Formats: sequence, C-alpha cells, structure tokens
Amino acid sequence: MCTYQTEKLELSGSGKGPGGWFSLSSATVYFDHPAHYPAEHSLNIDFLDLDGGAPSRVAVELDPASARELARVILETLQAVGEP
Amino acid sequence: MTDSLLAQTISVRGHGGDEIEAYLAQPVDEGGRFGGVVVIHHAPGYDEGMKEITRKFAAHGYLAVCPNLYSREAPGAAPDDAAAVVRALGGVPDGRLVGDVQGCVSLLKSLESSNGRAATIGYCSGGRQSFLAACSLPLDAAVDCYGAFVVGTPPEGAPLKVGPIVQMTKDLSCPLLGLFGAEDQHPSPKEVVELEEALKQAGKIYEFHSYEGAGHAFFATDRPSYRPEAAKDGWQRIWAFFGRYLATGA
Repeated sequence: MCTYQTEKLELSGSGKGPGGWFSLSSATVYFDHPAHYPAEHSLNIDFLDLDGGAPSRVAVELDPASARELARVILETLQAVGEP
Repeated sequence: MTDSLLAQTISVRGHGGDEIEAYLAQPVDEGGRFGGVVVIHHAPGYDEGMKEITRKFAAHGYLAVCPNLYSREAPGAAPDDAAAVVRALGGVPDGRLVGDVQGCVSLLKSLESSNGRAATIGYCSGGRQSFLAACSLPLDAAVDCYGAFVVGTPPEGAPLKVGPIVQMTKDLSCPLLGLFGAEDQHPSPKEVVELEEALKQAGKIYEFHSYEGAGHAFFATDRPSYRPEAAKDGWQRIWAFFGRYLATGA
C-alpha cells in the first residue's frame, strides 16, 4: 500500500462484517496496493467503526474502471430518487 | 552451521513498557553466536510475508524478531484489518516506533546466542522506520528497503502523520544499505538521490542500489509487484552487508 493517496471521511450507515452488522463511523478511500485483488494497485475502500476495533471493517478492492462505474451508478441512483 | 531454526510468537516489551506481539526466529546451532536483526514490517502489516522474511534471516544465521507494530490498535486482528485501522488513525508514531525497536534490540542482545550486535531492516513504511531507528539508537547496521518519506511528505490530505527525517542523517549510528526500485514514486528516484547527498555530506558509510524495471515492494513474493531479479540481487546485497557489519562480534 504505497501510493499513500488516501482520503478519510466521516459517514453514517451500517455495514456487515464477519461478526454481523455494525454501525459505520468512517471510511478511508485510497489508491494503493491491494491485499487480495491481483493487481499492483486498486481503488480500495475500508468502511470502519473505529470504536469497534479492527474486525469492524467492510473492505473492497476495485480496479479503477469498476470504481468509476460504481461511483457513477451511486450518484445516478441518488439523483433518480431525488436525494441531494 | 545448518539452516535449522526455531520460530515462535512471543511477547516483547516495547515503547512505554507495553507488551506487544512479535515473531522471533533463531538459528538452532549449539554454541553459535549470531547477530540480531529487527525486521520492521511493511505498511500492510505483520503478515505471512514478513514472518517468512524473519525466518529467512534465521536460516541464514541471524537472530531475527519482527514486532507487530499494530499490536496496540488491533490486538489479535487479521493483518489487513489491523493495517486498515492504523491507516485510518494516521500510522505508527515515530517515538513509539523507536521504543518498540529498542525493546526488540534489547531482547535480541539478551539471548544467550547473541554476538552482541544488532541491525534493523524495514520494508515500505518500515524502510523509513529502519532509517529512523538507526538515527535514534546505537546500531551496527541498517537496511532501508524502499522507505517513503525519509525525504518528502505524504500527499496533501492523507491521514498519515509522518514527515521527512532526512535532517536526522547526521545522527545515523551505523552503515546504511538502501535498496530501491527505479520505477517507485514513494520514494521517487529524486528523493533517493537527495538522501544519498545527505549521507555523503554527513560522511556516513552507505551503499545504495536502485533496480531498473522494479517499483515499490519488489521483495514481496506474494504480490504482483514482486520482481525476482531485483529481489535476488537485493538479498545478495543484504547477506554481504550483514556479513560485513553484523555477523562478527563478541
């Protein structure tokens, strides 16, 4: 993980990890070496509850084109239902 | 000597007297005396790859210990989960790192089979931390494998709370081996040159190698960044360097 290109944001929502559902407090979005996806770099998102400790995490590692498509679809979905 | 070794998870007293998890590997050779290596793990954490490297040092005749630098934030967690938490919290504080390495050096030197010498080697973020430890503690050798932000700063807005430490070069206590990828951006070739200039100006003993066709993390055999030719040559440089500065002693 070494482009060090990382953004951190506070958010509200829930995520489901190995131990079940938990409340989310933040997310980190970064473009760096993945742990699992077989590429040198990927767009990674960690949804976290930092008060809940390390297992309170939902992680995704996406190839850049997939990440862009996901971002587009999220924004279109919100727009379609009138959410700002 | 043989390549027989004993490897085990232990607890070591680190910064502030905290007990942290560590992985210790020792050559099995009755009556042998060995130099000690603190293996400083990469940003992805205290994982299988780092434990494999720790065992490799023992197989080559060194006492080796790899502290889990994320023990405090994520005790018992999977390495990737622990790394995610520490990333979000801004990384490992420099002062704590030095204390943890000091604890590991003390542990290695206390072993009956120690020859009284100790070194650090670090990968990725651990490369910077190896340099930091060598500028903060009395060591016999140090290796920096593609450590970022010895020179330069993290991208604006990144939560990582570390800054450049090249100004500490004058305090470097031992010879330094630097192994870098010519295609890496953290550290960039320009930053590697800047560090080399600082070492020259301070009159320090150092040896740098930059590998064409290699970027960051070329030693990591379980990642697409692995570059066998660079890694193979790098390991030969490490054995020669430690053979010169670490293998002999009391």
